[in-house]
Amino acid sequence: MLKIEDLVVAYGGIEALKGISLEVEEGKIVTLVGANGAGKSTTLRAITGLVKPKSGSITYNGVNLLGMKTQDIVKKGITLVPEGRRIFPNLTVLENLRLGAFFRKDVNTIKNDLDWVYNLFPRLKERSWQMAGTLSGGEQQMLAVGRALMSKPKLLMMDEPSLGLAPMIVKDIFNIIKEIHNQGVTILLIEQNANAALHTAHIGYVIETGMIKLKGEGQDLLKNDEIRKAYLGENVSN
Amino acid sequence: MIKMTLDMFLQHLTNGISLGSLYALIAIGYTMVYGILRLINFAHGDIFMMATYFTFFGVLFGGKWYIVFPITIILTALLGMLVEISAYRNLRDAPKISILISAIGASFLIENLAIVIFGGRPKAFPTIPLFTSVVHIRNISIQRLTFIIPVVTVILLLSLLFLINKTKTGMAMRAVSKDHETARLMGINVDRTISITFGIGSALAAVGGIMWGLKFPQIQPLMGVMPGLKCFIAAVIGGIGSISGAVIGGFILGIGEIMLVALLPSLTGYRDAFAFILLIAILLLKPTGIMGEKISEKV
Ligand SMILES: Nc1ncnc2c1ncn2[C@@H]1O[C@H](COP(=O)(O)OP(=O)(O)OP(=O)(O)O)[C@@H](O)[C@H]1O
Ligand SMILES: [Mg+2]
Repeated sequence: MLKIEDLVVAYGGIEALKGISLEVEEGKIVTLVGANGAGKSTTLRAITGLVKPKSGSITYNGVNLLGMKTQDIVKKGITLVPEGRRIFPNLTVLENLRLGAFFRKDVNTIKNDLDWVYNLFPRLKERSWQMAGTLSGGEQQMLAVGRALMSKPKLLMMDEPSLGLAPMIVKDIFNIIKEIHNQGVTILLIEQNANAALHTAHIGYVIETGMIKLKGEGQDLLKNDEIRKAYLGENVSN
Repeated sequence: MIKMTLDMFLQHLTNGISLGSLYALIAIGYTMVYGILRLINFAHGDIFMMATYFTFFGVLFGGKWYIVFPITIILTALLGMLVEISAYRNLRDAPKISILISAIGASFLIENLAIVIFGGRPKAFPTIPLFTSVVHIRNISIQRLTFIIPVVTVILLLSLLFLINKTKTGMAMRAVSKDHETARLMGINVDRTISITFGIGSALAAVGGIMWGLKFPQIQPLMGVMPGLKCFIAAVIGGIGSISGAVIGGFILGIGEIMLVALLPSLTGYRDAFAFILLIAILLLKPTGIMGEKISEKV
C-alpha cells in the first residue's frame, strides 16, 4: 500500500532521516518505535508532504507521492493525526469533526461517519458545541483521532496518540485503534509506549537516529533483547 | 436654541456614524489579513486608494455607476490577491521582519505607480446624484450618502459574519487562521483560502473607497495613507484579528473624531492626532484591544 525507499530528509543541512525504507501492507497495523529525535514524526511529515525529502521515494498504491501537495495526498485517503493533537481551539468540537471531512463530496455518508465517531467517543457527542480549546487534554486527543476518522482514511497514521494521557485512557486508545483497524483501516502508528505498540501491531520498525535498525513482527520484536533494553526499560542480563 | 443644538448634535452623530462605517469597512481588511497571516498588510490603504481610481476612470469612460461599482470591487479584490501572491506568499515561512518589509515595499510600489500613472495632482471624484444629493430633515441637510454608508456597512458586515461562521469557506478560514499545517492535513487548500481572505478584505476596502470618494470627492495617490493608518489603529483598538472588534474600533474612531471637532473646534487641527492618542491609550490599558483574543491554549 505504502512504500518508502531510501528516504532522506534534511533540516537545514542536518539529515533527520538518512535513507530509510519501510513498507505498510494493506490491512495491517504497522508501528514505528524509536527514541526521541529518531525521526519518527519526520517520516510521517514526509509522507503527508509537510516536509520535502532530499531524495528517495514514497509511493502509495504505486502512485508517487513526492511533490504532491498535502491537501491532495490527504484526498487519496492518507490521514495524519499529528503530534500534539493540533485540534482547532477556536472551532467547536463538531466543526473540528466537520473539518476532518472537509474535502469529501459524499455528503450523505459523512453523517454515518459522524455517528461512528460519536459512537467511538461518546464524550465528543456530549460536547459537540463546546469550543475545542476548552476540552481536556484527553478529550482533545479523542477529537484529534475522531477528526482524522471523519476523512474516511484508508491509511491512518497516528503520531503518539497516547502522549500525556492517563494509563486508563491509553488502554482505551489502543482498543479504539484495534476497532478502527477492524473497520478495514490500515494503520501506521508511532508510539513512545513501545510495549503497547508492539503488542498491538503486526509489524514493527525500530528507527534510530534516522535509520531503520530492525524490522520484524511485533511479537518477535518484543522478545528481542536489544529492544527490551532500549525501549521497554527492562534489565536484560546477558 | 436647544432644538438647534440637538439638531446639530444629530448631524454630527450621523456624520460620525458614516465616517465610522467607512473606517470599519477598511479596518476589517487589516484584521482579516492579520488573523490569517499575522501580518499587517501595509498595502491595504493603497488598495483602498486604487479602488477610487478604478471608479474614477470607469465613470470617466462613460460607465454607469451600477456597472462601474461592481467592476471596481472585482478589480480591487484581484489587486489585493495579486499583492498577496507576489509580495507575501513566498515569504510565509520567512522571518516576520522580511514579510513586514515586503508589505511596506508593496505599499510604496503601489503609491508610486499611482503617481506615475495617474499623476500626483488630485482629481475630482464623480458625483452621482443618487448618492450625493442632499436631503432636508427638520433644520438639517444631510447627504443621502450619510445614511447609505452605514446601511451598506451593516449589510456587508452581516454577510461577512455569515460567511465566516456558517459556511465551509468560513470554517476553512478560521482553521487556517489557527494552524496552516493542520489545515492542510484536513485537505484545505491553504493558499486559496488566504487568497480568498485578501480578496474579501480588498473588496470591502473597495466599497469603502467608492463611498469615501463620494463623500470626500477629491482623490490623489497618497489618499490611502492616512485612512489606512487610522483604520489599522481602529483594528488594533477593537482587537486585531477580531472582525467585530474592527467594526467597533472603526465606529469609536469615526464618531470620536467628528465629535472632538464638533465639541472642541479649537482642536480641529489635532483631528488626525486623535486616532494616535487613542492608540497609545489602548496599548497602555488593554494591549489586546477591546475584543482581543484571550491567549489561552492548552498544551
Ligand atoms: N523543523 C525542524 N527544523 C530543524 N530540525 C528539526 C525539525 N523538525 C525536526 N527536526 C530534527 O529532526 C530530528 C528528528 O525529529 P522528529 O520530530 O522526527 O523526531 P521524533 O522521532 O518524532 O521524536 P519524538 O519522539 O521526540 O517526537 C530531531 O533531531 C529534530 O531535532
Ligand atoms: Mg515525534
